[in-house]
Amino acid sequence: MALFQHRHLLGISQLNQYEIVDLLDRAEAMIPVSRQPRKTLPTLSGKTQINLFFEPSTRTQASFEIAGKRLGAQVTNMSVRTSSISKGETLIDTAATLNAMQPDVIIVRHPASGAVELLSQKVGCSVINAGDGAHEHPTQALLDALTIRRHKGRLAGLTVAICGDIANSRVARSNLLLLGAMQARTRVIAPRTLLPRGIEGLATEVFTDMQEGLAGADVVMMLRLQHERANGKMIPSVREYYRFYGLDAEKLALAKPDAIVMHPGPMNRGVEIDPAIADGARSVINEQVEMGVAVRMAVLDALLADQPQVAA
Amino acid sequence: MSATVIKNARLLDPATDRDVLGALLIVGGRIVSLAEGAPHGLPEGAAVIDAKGLCLAPGLIDMRVFTGEPGFEYRETLATAGKAAAAGGVTSFVLMPDADPAIDDGALVDFIIRRARDTALVNVLPAAAMTKGLRGEELTEFGLLKEAGAVGLADGRQSIQSAGLLRAIFTYARNFDLPVLHHVADKTLVGDGVMNEGPLATFSGLKGIPAEAETIPLARDLQLAALTGVRYHAAQVSTAGAVALMAAARQGTGAISCGISINNLSLNENDVAPYRSYFKLSPPLRSEDDRRAVIEGLKSGAIDVIHSAHDPQDSEVKRQPFAEASDGAIGLETLLAAALRLVHSGDVPLLTVLRALTSRPADILGLPSGRLAPGAPADLIVFDPDFPWVVSEAGIVSRSRNTAFEGARMTGAVLHTLVAGRPVFSHAAGLGGVWA
Repeated sequence: MALFQHRHLLGISQLNQYEIVDLLDRAEAMIPVSRQPRKTLPTLSGKTQINLFFEPSTRTQASFEIAGKRLGAQVTNMSVRTSSISKGETLIDTAATLNAMQPDVIIVRHPASGAVELLSQKVGCSVINAGDGAHEHPTQALLDALTIRRHKGRLAGLTVAICGDIANSRVARSNLLLLGAMQARTRVIAPRTLLPRGIEGLATEVFTDMQEGLAGADVVMMLRLQHERANGKMIPSVREYYRFYGLDAEKLALAKPDAIVMHPGPMNRGVEIDPAIADGARSVINEQVEMGVAVRMAVLDALLADQPQVAA
Repeated sequence: MSATVIKNARLLDPATDRDVLGALLIVGGRIVSLAEGAPHGLPEGAAVIDAKGLCLAPGLIDMRVFTGEPGFEYRETLATAGKAAAAGGVTSFVLMPDADPAIDDGALVDFIIRRARDTALVNVLPAAAMTKGLRGEELTEFGLLKEAGAVGLADGRQSIQSAGLLRAIFTYARNFDLPVLHHVADKTLVGDGVMNEGPLATFSGLKGIPAEAETIPLARDLQLAALTGVRYHAAQVSTAGAVALMAAARQGTGAISCGISINNLSLNENDVAPYRSYFKLSPPLRSEDDRRAVIEGLKSGAIDVIHSAHDPQDSEVKRQPFAEASDGAIGLETLLAAALRLVHSGDVPLLTVLRALTSRPADILGLPSGRLAPGAPADLIVFDPDFPWVVSEAGIVSRSRNTAFEGARMTGAVLHTLVAGRPVFSHAAGLGGVWA
């Protein structure tokens, strides 16, 4: 495998299509590790990984933790509740403090766009973006791509419809960047209040009618609608949202017969997706979670195992 | 009385459109006379300075400056702001009332005036809060504030949201003939926005601020200004839409004016990327189309005043994730140099730029300065429009370091600043000679 040339993984925007394919191939090779009885590799033995989560997260944090442990790294979790952030310490102070503990990689999730990049400038180790504001969530896009590729055998030429809260979604941005780089056709489907201005600039087709947007799609990717958005400010009610933008059997029938259904989780059944679809035969949602571990193992491996060892 | 002659100077007086080589005589802190060509009839014992063909212009009048005194002295004091102003050729600045406590009371205006007199190198003109505590609810004592020495009314970084309250403010301000300097921003349209709305904000995952957050309250203000006859100054515009509104409204009345931050004239939203919080400003840096429109507005006279929007912020609040960082940048020291970029690029004539920095603010505020005229205070600058330099953090005079021009290459520097004839700043590359 080629040497991975980046010190950090801050966003899909920093990757070209060859690097994306390389990461997906590495992730593919990691899948069997998690399926065997003895689920460990010695690759990152002796390395220290810190998961620094400024936003609550169950699955992403667990996924990164498991990925690190399966590669032999020592993993420490820091969440906002137990940190000194709430005591007025700045992000840069936190970065300097953690940096002094000589970690090899810090996985960061933060509610502000650009915060992970800011932190990466202040530490001497690798940084992986586990989601920054409404900006990027690169490992989510990679695990989505891996899942799609395993089902469809390719990414180029596929039509992927991303539906839901585009305005506030880092998952949508990273996916649009990745799928665009891989020559897939993307569509975004949302009510106009959840479409940010200039989204067409990300080389995607924009639909406000879900039926039209789903027509002929190979992949239907649903996004979570935060409950607080359906409070009458952007969306009048959950029931109206579900009527027009919830994925049910009737709407899914307009996509290709072999279309797969995805969701980054956690799902709001009955808000953006019919429970029967979420748990149905075309749903690959649980597989996405499995691919998440493989992708994160691959990213950790690419960033840490390939780094030339530099004497202090 | 001490007398000084500055000879062989390129006299630039935007008030009269004068741009000639000549001499200027200062006696007792005032301009006594100016003449084309060689000086004549000099008083005995006058100090003579040879300006060697450099530009001599009125000192700049900066209509929007924040310091941290009282309350945030670690950011800036009147003394440190005064030094930064002198270094930037700013001989007078309008001080925004945003302090702790807010300058909303005659005694506090008096405090500022005394502190400035005792500690600041330049003229500090306090604008008093138009609402108590800058809360946007109750009127302050406009009459008493004026008596104490306030030059105008402002709510600083805040924008009054209620049209009814604004009507009362405008009406009562007219009663005391006080100009109202109002920053326009509709809170509900700004929302959680942190940069200009558009593809760049979308790409960065940052919430956008639409141009309408400025144009809608500006349209309201202009109608209320026409209704009440107040001396109204839109503190800072940034959009093409605002330029059009100002141009249209000017057809009716002469009492309205507007200003623009030098940042919005020289920078655009692309400077923000990626997440450079030193470019997080209010109003935000706009699109290049907007920037072109505001430059045209400056040329056509739709925009009256250029100011620095000097807003010192410490790194604790500035070096944060973009959305969480404070707004604002310092600007006193770079005001003229950044404005000269518009001249060197061929966009705006030199006298037009200087007018927006000197005589227009003086007219709006009713000041005798801002012009090269007999009887005017000798608030003057000597500058070299072609002097090359690079803005560096180490060279910053202000107590805060949050400049939006770090590393910028500038052409043009202030070499000497005089306040009431007294030198308050001399550049290392300045003219020799003894200034009286």
